[in-house]
Amino acid sequence: MKIKSISNHFLKVACLALATATAQAKPTTAECNTTGLAVTDDTVTVGQLHSATGTMAISETGSIQAEQLAIDQINAMGGVLGRQIKVIKEDGASDWPTFAEKAKKLLVSDKVGTVFGCWTSASRKAVLPVFEKENGMLYYPTFYEGLEQSKNVIYTGQEATQQILAGLDWIAKEKKAKTFYLVGSDYIWPRTSMKIARKHIENVLKGSVVGEEFYALGSTSFGSLINKIKLKKPDVIYTAVVGGSNVSFYKQLSAAGINSAKQTLLTISVTEDEVLGIGGENLDGFYSCMKYFQSQDNPNNAAFVKAFKEKYGPGSVIGDVTQAGYLGPWLWKAAVEKANSFDIDKIAAASPGIELTNAPEGYVKVHANHHLWSKARIGQWQKDGQAKILFESELIEPDPFPKGYQ
Amino acid sequence: MGEYTSEELQSIFIMQSFSGLSLFSVLLLMGLGLALIFGQMGVINMAHGEFMALGAYTVYLCSSLTEKFAPAFGPYYFVAAIALAFVICAALGALVEWLMIRHLYHRPLDTLLATWGLSLILQQSYRSIFGAREVTPTLPDWLMGSYNVKEGLDIPINGMFVLGLSIVVTITLMTFMYRSAFGLRLRATVQNRKMSDAVGINTGKVDRLAFSLGCGIAGIAGAAFTTIGSTGPDSGSRYIVDAFLVVVSGGTASLLGCVASAFGIAQAQSILEFFLEGTKGKVATLLVIVIALMIRPQGLFPSKVRGN
Repeated sequence: MKIKSISNHFLKVACLALATATAQAKPTTAECNTTGLAVTDDTVTVGQLHSATGTMAISETGSIQAEQLAIDQINAMGGVLGRQIKVIKEDGASDWPTFAEKAKKLLVSDKVGTVFGCWTSASRKAVLPVFEKENGMLYYPTFYEGLEQSKNVIYTGQEATQQILAGLDWIAKEKKAKTFYLVGSDYIWPRTSMKIARKHIENVLKGSVVGEEFYALGSTSFGSLINKIKLKKPDVIYTAVVGGSNVSFYKQLSAAGINSAKQTLLTISVTEDEVLGIGGENLDGFYSCMKYFQSQDNPNNAAFVKAFKEKYGPGSVIGDVTQAGYLGPWLWKAAVEKANSFDIDKIAAASPGIELTNAPEGYVKVHANHHLWSKARIGQWQKDGQAKILFESELIEPDPFPKGYQ
Repeated sequence: MGEYTSEELQSIFIMQSFSGLSLFSVLLLMGLGLALIFGQMGVINMAHGEFMALGAYTVYLCSSLTEKFAPAFGPYYFVAAIALAFVICAALGALVEWLMIRHLYHRPLDTLLATWGLSLILQQSYRSIFGAREVTPTLPDWLMGSYNVKEGLDIPINGMFVLGLSIVVTITLMTFMYRSAFGLRLRATVQNRKMSDAVGINTGKVDRLAFSLGCGIAGIAGAAFTTIGSTGPDSGSRYIVDAFLVVVSGGTASLLGCVASAFGIAQAQSILEFFLEGTKGKVATLLVIVIALMIRPQGLFPSKVRGN
């Protein structure tokens, strides 16, 4: 008894000592901010740049919420280098020039320490020159087509090969799939993804692509496509359809009698967010390949889901990108602490090698190319809108410029 | 096509014809209300799409309320919701006409700007009320799935429903326009407003009714589209392009032209999408329309009388 109380006492003293040590280690503003960012002795200001209005608001809302949650949690823990994080929210309004303009405002007028933001590739491409010229730092949450790398961006989502290759390997092995029908919305991400998928199917899996089609964003009639699919009878329908089209596509598939009992379907564009609109019953039994599913069973994720629902309501769902958005502030905090500085160049240099063990998706690590090592997971959708995780890959190295796939 | 059996090809042919018909009914529903407002009244209503979205949101609201308060009514609410969508959109249409449109009849280009502004206001209201995410009502079971004629030949039930609905709406509207006293007054007003005024037709009232009817039909269309796709605050702006395409290529002053052009565009798009791929099919369809309009700038069925 006595020994225990002594050891308890010792523990308290040790903690106190550690806390004082950390407090003493709090660098002065002059030390940790040599480039004139918006850092004071008590606060650091960061920017958040997403579409709160317009078409993309549907998708970006989740990222806005997750980033805010992470920032709140970090502040509750004492902030970054002893400074509370203040957020300036800007609305890109789903309009790419607006994104560029707001990025400039955040970097030049507000002198923010970092920016969490963007969702579509188009918006990222629009702000990239601004970030490179003004030397800002952007944490970008969406899975995307790759073919990009910048010292001013940390990509917290998967690049194309991390999402595509493992999923195709799994489906080819599990379902003995040889023939694939590729369907996507018509813009850069599905086009690039399908190009990589086709190369992998033809060169590595020795299968064949029996159809490859792209439909304009917002298309709602897929009758002809579905008839062609019925005629070609592919082993797998592989899809990257996004936005409002998603709902029409899966509703019409289901209405045309194509369901998981008769047809294997693997998608790289459906997360819990989309299922909310499409309806679990229309997807029941189809597969998604993502790095994160809300149903992941680990303590980090349980805490994350609980905190998210407490803040945003019990009906809220968390998709892949929302989780990637949540990683941004944590990765930035880790980089700032490692560099012991808010300077952009020092954060950029400190970022590679940073590990997060408290990520809801599990362990992640920043690669020298500013993307994350991550796992690919296959989830099978259930009627209730959640996925049953059937497969988890090894940790995959990010490779934004894959050889043999371009 | 040697690798397919003739039976398979036959099934595909039937399903393909049906998907063309189903697209036709969607385009027709989109175009009808606009044909009335733009074609008959000459008002360029940029907010037409938002009236469709309002119809869709009405169905969504009915669906949520039914689920919450009267789950037993679930299988039947949809029909009532369509009627309600018509009533709500028509009422809003009448209000908009009274507040805004009637002051702008002599300035058609200003109506374009004013209704565009209205569309922005409506979009933002939907976003504030229903949220930015797209929503889907829970559809009754009888609307889901497909009618399995035989192995490999499935006809989607929602497609049949929309087709049936568009036929009913078209016939009702035609009867109304050409067999009722109101229709007569409306056609008289379109042909010669001053003379109609002179013979005692209350043209202001006719205008309001026509505009409100057009908006009501947009509401029905929006309600029907919930069986096909989801509804978001900006869904309307997706519908409006197709709606204008149908009305302009049909010849702006003709309901029959609207039917014919919806049919032509739907078949062209459906067939071209089958033989080309999605985007190319759409591009080819638009090319066909451009060429058709170059040859016949007045549309398929131009109005033969001189207006006022």
